[in-house]
Amino acid sequence: MAIEVTVVRRPERNVSYLRASLKGMALTFQHLFRKKVTMQYPEEISEDEWSISPRWRGTHRMLTDEQGRARCVACGLCPQICPANCIKLVPGEDEEGNRYPLIYEIDEFRCVFCGYCQEVCPEEAIHVGVHYENAEYQRERFVYDLERLCAQTHPVSSLWDPADPRGE
Amino acid sequence: MTPELKGFLLLGLVKAAVGFGLLLLGVAFVTWLERRQAAFHQDRLGPNRVGPFGLFQPIADGIKNFIKEELVPADANRVLFLLAPALVFTPGLLLFAVIPFAAPMPVSFDFTLPLLGRFVYDDAMPMMIANLPIGLLFVLAVSSLGVYGIVLAGWASNSKYSFLGGLRASAQMVSYEVALGLSVISVFLVAGNVTLTGVVEAQQAKLWYILPLTLGFVLFVVSALAETNRLPFDLPEAESELVYGYHTEYSAMKFAMFFLGEYAALITMSALMATLFFGGWDIPFTSWDEGEPSVVASLATLIVFIIKTFAFVFIYIWIRWSLPRFRYDQLMALGWKVLLPIALGYIMLLATAIWLLEYFNVEQDLLYGLILFVVNLPVIYVLFWILDSGRLVFGHGLQRRITS
Repeated sequence: MAIEVTVVRRPERNVSYLRASLKGMALTFQHLFRKKVTMQYPEEISEDEWSISPRWRGTHRMLTDEQGRARCVACGLCPQICPANCIKLVPGEDEEGNRYPLIYEIDEFRCVFCGYCQEVCPEEAIHVGVHYENAEYQRERFVYDLERLCAQTHPVSSLWDPADPRGE
Repeated sequence: MTPELKGFLLLGLVKAAVGFGLLLLGVAFVTWLERRQAAFHQDRLGPNRVGPFGLFQPIADGIKNFIKEELVPADANRVLFLLAPALVFTPGLLLFAVIPFAAPMPVSFDFTLPLLGRFVYDDAMPMMIANLPIGLLFVLAVSSLGVYGIVLAGWASNSKYSFLGGLRASAQMVSYEVALGLSVISVFLVAGNVTLTGVVEAQQAKLWYILPLTLGFVLFVVSALAETNRLPFDLPEAESELVYGYHTEYSAMKFAMFFLGEYAALITMSALMATLFFGGWDIPFTSWDEGEPSVVASLATLIVFIIKTFAFVFIYIWIRWSLPRFRYDQLMALGWKVLLPIALGYIMLLATAIWLLEYFNVEQDLLYGLILFVVNLPVIYVLFWILDSGRLVFGHGLQRRITS
């Protein structure tokens, strides 16, 4: 069976190398004077043109109560559910029987940022944050302790889009 | 040695140092310019962090390249592999030696150094590194040397991509050498002189050769693009198919040498375009720079020459970031089937026209230029018709073969 070949006879103006080249050159020349799309990141962070999603899961933040103490009650659910096993929790108890974390550390290098810790937390204490500027000079600095987790101020992730009915 | 000879030699050394220093500075600048301009064509900003406007970026790149690890492939031919980058780099620099980059500067000194003796010089110093009497022939001879470095690099790397790149480079550069030489012959015909100083003087006295030799200029630009392996003729490199061709296996400073060589060739070719067709260092519409040599005139013409050269560098880069690469058969077809016959016909036509003009005793002035320009027009029309009718892109008669 012969293969059928359709020969397209294009008009000369469409197949001309010269005209197409000149057209292209004119276009690239115009682009010299266009507004540049580059965002010069550390100096300028354009909030209106570029922002990260409220569902972004970044480095953690521990919310605090009115007295400035961590909301965590050391229930142990977050180290239990953590698939990367990156949360270290040692629970303690004061005279009134309130549980609180003696040690609460998250190794951000081990973390896979799944957000399960935020989902599972009954007290809405631990959250993943909408935050991406995490650079450090030492590896050890990536193990965030309780004090540091409480001191974070960045917004926390909403995990699910509130407008999405299939959420949660 | 006489004091005069010693003065001449000293001046030659200084000129060589300053001239090549300027060229290398220009090369560094062009690497920056290429990246910035490419970015601007693509609505980006490009490197703007190191120094004002990122101007020190080439220095940072140079330092990086010097401290990177040098790798030599196990099965490479070691001697040739190390030799090739230098062979690519030198022709670009050597070419620059014969290009006059400013009006002659009056220099006079007479001093005595301990051990070395007396140095005397008192004359208008031609502002070129070597005032060779064979000028343009030297250009043609040396520009074809560049291919050896590329072929050796391709062969010595012992890699199939490099080898293909080297083969392509040799075929391409040999082909376009012909068109380049023929387009330069048109300059010989009008100038009646092969030294570049002679060509510049003839132009500043009468008219720039872009008018009488328009087509020669077009041919020169196209073949110069192919000679320097720039897009749309960068088939030896062809990053998308040959993984950068002949410099696939190179690393660190040897890799950078290929680029320095390419940019040096780019600058010298641009300088040649300015010299051969746009009056060299001549400042247009004035004649004060042509009179008695003076330092001021010399520096002013130097600036004008740099502006002219970089205008062509700009166009080179502009073309590179606008046009796609040719297919290999298209490249060869353009070289042998279009440029070569057109250049040959053009030279015959031009020679006849010049003979007739001399027969009728027409002075080399504006009228002369206009007449030759009119002579150019039909050949330009033929060239553009060939390029325009889709033969280049489709291949000659391809459509007919399919239909029949």
